[in-house]
Amino acid sequence: MMSTHCPECEALIEVNEEVQLGEILVCPDCGVDLEVTSLEPFTLELAPMEAEDWGE
Amino acid sequence: MIRAAVIGASGYAGGEVLRLLLEHPEVEVVQVTSRRHLGEYVYQVHPNLRKRTSLKFSDPAQLEAVDVLFLALPHGEAQHQIDHLASRATYIIDLSADFRLKRAEDYEYWYGAPHAAPHWLGRFVYGLPELHRSELRGAHYASGVGCNATAANLALWPLIRSELLDTSQPVVVEIKVGSSEGGAEGNAGSHHPERSGVIRTFSPFGHRHTAEVIQEMGLENVVLTMTAVDLVRGALATAHARVKPGVNQRDLWRAYRAVVNENPFLRLVKEQRGIYRVPEPKILAGSNYADLGFELDERTGHVVSMCALDNLMKGAAGSAVQCMNLMLGLDETLGLTFPGLHPI
Repeated sequence: MMSTHCPECEALIEVNEEVQLGEILVCPDCGVDLEVTSLEPFTLELAPMEAEDWGE
Repeated sequence: MIRAAVIGASGYAGGEVLRLLLEHPEVEVVQVTSRRHLGEYVYQVHPNLRKRTSLKFSDPAQLEAVDVLFLALPHGEAQHQIDHLASRATYIIDLSADFRLKRAEDYEYWYGAPHAAPHWLGRFVYGLPELHRSELRGAHYASGVGCNATAANLALWPLIRSELLDTSQPVVVEIKVGSSEGGAEGNAGSHHPERSGVIRTFSPFGHRHTAEVIQEMGLENVVLTMTAVDLVRGALATAHARVKPGVNQRDLWRAYRAVVNENPFLRLVKEQRGIYRVPEPKILAGSNYADLGFELDERTGHVVSMCALDNLMKGAAGSAVQCMNLMLGLDETLGLTFPGLHPI
């Protein structure tokens, strides 16, 4: 088991050893998409997401 | 079983207390009173309770002795009867505004009349468990809470508790409210052709619930602005304030996460995916949950904090039953875990 914190909200994120480089994970607290950018050390970075916008 | 009665049970808040108590595993409702509906079956006034109870409304002058008395009388009535009512029950939870404020001078300022029983004000615990859980355990008297005050207080509480707010700056709370806040009595403005579809700022400032926010949050410079919207149940408080210099998003995440982790009926809704990404009262109808959210402009320090709730539940009857659970040493969540409906 590997763990780190969400770069957006600092929620604890735990994954098993089978996680792959480039895989997209979802933060269980704030819902952001997180890309696995390194396995040693286990590192997550924010991935692009589409935001809500009803301001037409 | 705990024997309970509801005084003034024909109103919306009283009916909601009754709905919760009838489903509560430790409570037997032995009496409900209403002068106007004397002799009528409860379900003739609260049709959702048909086949759930065969109780009839009785005369409040013939009050039985009970363990717990819920008072759902119009504001200003309980304070004139409190000595008599206290002789009929071990525990009292008053949903009206009569015992929410600690100081008689504050009551007179905000409600425009001297308090009839000022010596009782200090005996009541303010009935919001999220703020007064330890005092409520073992207490015998709890006040109700203002629905709008509760939405404002819960929106502000994570910021106040973690001392993140710059309290030298004004705090403005815009609250959108549903029509059931007006109670079961109609008036010309609540007539369906007039009320339907409105977005009406009926109280730009000076709303009486402001007193509860000043008292409970310790804020001096706070304004509540009330806007009626086309909902039956629900309130959404959107608070605007400034954080102290250097406070960032992660500080706020820690503050809000701590509050929701300590309180079983508070949830943090700050999502970047999903259908509901911010607090939304619509899905909380009938539920005791209150949903919190926030956003911070780190450039200016302007924070927007939100709280959505059902005004008849977390903002009235739900909190009252939660108080009862705490006062009687029961599981705080007993009878209150309905999560709401979706879709609705």
